[in-house]
Amino acid sequence: MIRVENISKAFNGKEVLKDISGTFEKGKPNLIIGSSGTGKSVLLKCIVGLIKPDDGFVYYNTKEFTFASRNDKTEIRRQIGMLFQGGALFDSKTVEQNVMFPLDVLTKMPLNEKIDRVNFCLERVGLAGQNHKMPSEISGGMQKRVGIARAIVNHSKYLFCDEPNSGLDPQTSILIDDLILEITEEYNITTIVVTHDMNSVMGIGENILFLYEGRKLWEGTKDEIMNSGVKEFDDFVFANKVMQKLRK
Amino acid sequence: MEALGKYFIFLGKLFVNRETFKTYFKLTVEEAISIGIKSIFLVSLVSFFMGAVTTIQTAYNLVNPLIPNYVISMVVRDMTILELAPTIIGVIYAGKVGSSMASGLGTMRITEQIDALEVMGINSTSYLVLPKILGSLLTYPILVVMAGVLNIVGGYLAGVLSGVITPHDFIYGIRFGFNEYTVTFALIKSFVFAFLVSSISSFKGYYTVGGSLEVGKASTAAVTSSVIAILLADYLLAQLLL
Repeated sequence: MIRVENISKAFNGKEVLKDISGTFEKGKPNLIIGSSGTGKSVLLKCIVGLIKPDDGFVYYNTKEFTFASRNDKTEIRRQIGMLFQGGALFDSKTVEQNVMFPLDVLTKMPLNEKIDRVNFCLERVGLAGQNHKMPSEISGGMQKRVGIARAIVNHSKYLFCDEPNSGLDPQTSILIDDLILEITEEYNITTIVVTHDMNSVMGIGENILFLYEGRKLWEGTKDEIMNSGVKEFDDFVFANKVMQKLRK
Repeated sequence: MEALGKYFIFLGKLFVNRETFKTYFKLTVEEAISIGIKSIFLVSLVSFFMGAVTTIQTAYNLVNPLIPNYVISMVVRDMTILELAPTIIGVIYAGKVGSSMASGLGTMRITEQIDALEVMGINSTSYLVLPKILGSLLTYPILVVMAGVLNIVGGYLAGVLSGVITPHDFIYGIRFGFNEYTVTFALIKSFVFAFLVSSISSFKGYYTVGGSLEVGKASTAAVTSSVIAILLADYLLAQLLL
């Protein structure tokens, strides 16, 4: 479980996050949604420690993370897997080397075990046999799946996905969403997904946190979306024509 | 001043929260090989022709019959060891290797590869930059020695083939009044320049903000800053050590 308490962050005097609190349970996908520029990615980066918040705390289970010592932070970070918007695969490494990277650097696992684990993870994300391809030789959707394989290869307890569907066609998006959902449930991990894709929200939104201009305006599940009673949230959700039809 | 402070903090980060020795050893060897292969052709070409031109131009200027011919190769030798091999090759090194380091790290930054390392709990500064600096410290002095040798070989061939100096005079001049300390001085310079180019270029690349345009800017800034640092260090070292 991850808990954030009163997170605030400003850049050059402009407040990007204002007093955000929330709890992200394990075993189900937690979504942070909102329009572009509302601070979703900044909140995610505060949670993983890439950005230090001006105020507030982040707890991984009971351990405070934001102001923890370097060693404590490293210990928590080694349980984190993250899928970045662009995949963030290492260009100079093959698919296999990318997925194996956390095992190479963070463990003392023998090579044959590492190869077995990599093959298992690649098979899990539907990329068996793609080991020796370079990131530039595979599609955007496949890069995202390699990113997921890399994120789970070291038995991560926390999975973070920053806009996992950006730049993907609807079918591949659904495939990625399903994969995130399956992995979250199968390994009982805490997953936080940042997205503005309503298909993802309706598909895997078990716990949804809506941000508007840096504030948390609504929190609930996909089943409660229709009756949120928050105008800004309705404007965001029903901007999509399919959602408008669904509402009617 | 702010950038200078940030640079020293950046250097400090190289030595905290490091990975295993084995990891760094492998990365350093890879960097050293990559840096060496990247630079060897250009350094060889420039050194050879620099030596040839230096010999011809020195001969052209020493027209006084009272000055013996072997002075030409003495001048070529001292210019090569003291300045041309470590410093001019340093400028080329900054252009070739420094820009490549900055653009490589800049690209890693804008494509979130550096963030990916940080999220995994890896000290990205140390993991990515320390091997580049160590690789440079290992490779650049070898390149300087090689440049020095090729400079003199180029000078010998140009001088002998053009008839401005006999082989005997050239060899005699190279050996005459040779001060071994100049080689030590050149090697000290090569270590300092290797550190400056690799650390400054990495610093510029590591803190790239924006997109591909900024990667290009970081690469240019890396070369400019490295060259300025080389020239300043060259002057300071000459003042301190000669």
